Amino acid sequence: MRAFVLTLLVLMMTAASPALAQDVAETVPPEDVKSRTEAVSKTLRCVVCQNQSIYDSNAPLAEDMRRLVQKRIEAGDTDDEAREYLRNLYGDYVLMSPPLQLNTVLLWVGPLILVVFGSVWFLSRLRTQATELPADLSEEDRARIAAALSGEDKA
Amino acid sequence: MTLSRILPVGVFLVLVAFMAIGLTRDPSVIPTEMIDRALPQFELPDLHNPESRVRDEDLTGEITLVNVFGSWCVACLQEHPTLMDLSRQRTVRIVGVNWRDKREDALAWLEKHGDPYGRVIFDAESDLVIEMGVTGAPETFIIDPTGRIRYKQIGPITAEVWREKIRPVVDAIAAETEAAS
Repeated sequence: MRAFVLTLLVLMMTAASPALAQDVAETVPPEDVKSRTEAVSKTLRCVVCQNQSIYDSNAPLAEDMRRLVQKRIEAGDTDDEAREYLRNLYGDYVLMSPPLQLNTVLLWVGPLILVVFGSVWFLSRLRTQATELPADLSEEDRARIAAALSGEDKA
Repeated sequence: MTLSRILPVGVFLVLVAFMAIGLTRDPSVIPTEMIDRALPQFELPDLHNPESRVRDEDLTGEITLVNVFGSWCVACLQEHPTLMDLSRQRTVRIVGVNWRDKREDALAWLEKHGDPYGRVIFDAESDLVIEMGVTGAPETFIIDPTGRIRYKQIGPITAEVWREKIRPVVDAIAAETEAAS
């Protein structure tokens, strides 16, 4: 369990690090601006259309938000800073994937808890089922078996 | 064995509760981050007078109602009579933000339906609108004299919304300002 949480954390950190590694350049090459705008736009939710990124949406507001992202990147923002800029205006809602923080802990850890509880429950059931012996035969049962074996039972 | 009976029912009830709460929420209403923040800095053209520029400091000094609208916005027509009334009663200064519109369309719209705005900011490319965290029109902000955003209304202002929600905010700001002076 702890190992799993650790790998989860490491995964999340490595996902964020390429953006951190980027230096604030004096002028960002145009092809970089384009690809980075694209990448950042894919992580930002369109606020007028349910569950679409501003990259996918052709709503006018999404278009203007893409342009704002591009402007921020051209101005020397890192990808994270550009994202943070919009988050500051629209809140966590604008992020396509919810950040791991106090009010989202259940969201992130919930499935894990379910899996752990589920498997504990499943395993404990398996064990009790395997060790449970069938009830002893009653006198009546024995009589019927004896009858069947001797070929007298017609039932 | 009773636990194994109760547990699934319990889990089910918790799910039902979560979903019931979820159903009562309007997913198009995004909680605003803007309350008690200062107005963003901006400089945009005036709708009526393209050479003239409107800046954030033009919205300070008195209680101001900032209303985001567009000639393309259907729900804006619904609140228009309320704004016209407010403008006639001179309750607060009303400033319009004409969002993503064509200048001539906006002017024709105001000509046709009446112009409640003391001033109209022309925001064709959502510059100010995004900085204020707007998600749709109409949206209405109440700005206090120091230029702080105190209230945001998503959707049309009806007479009832004004009376129940916005008016109390305006009165509270007025009382504060009086106490301070």
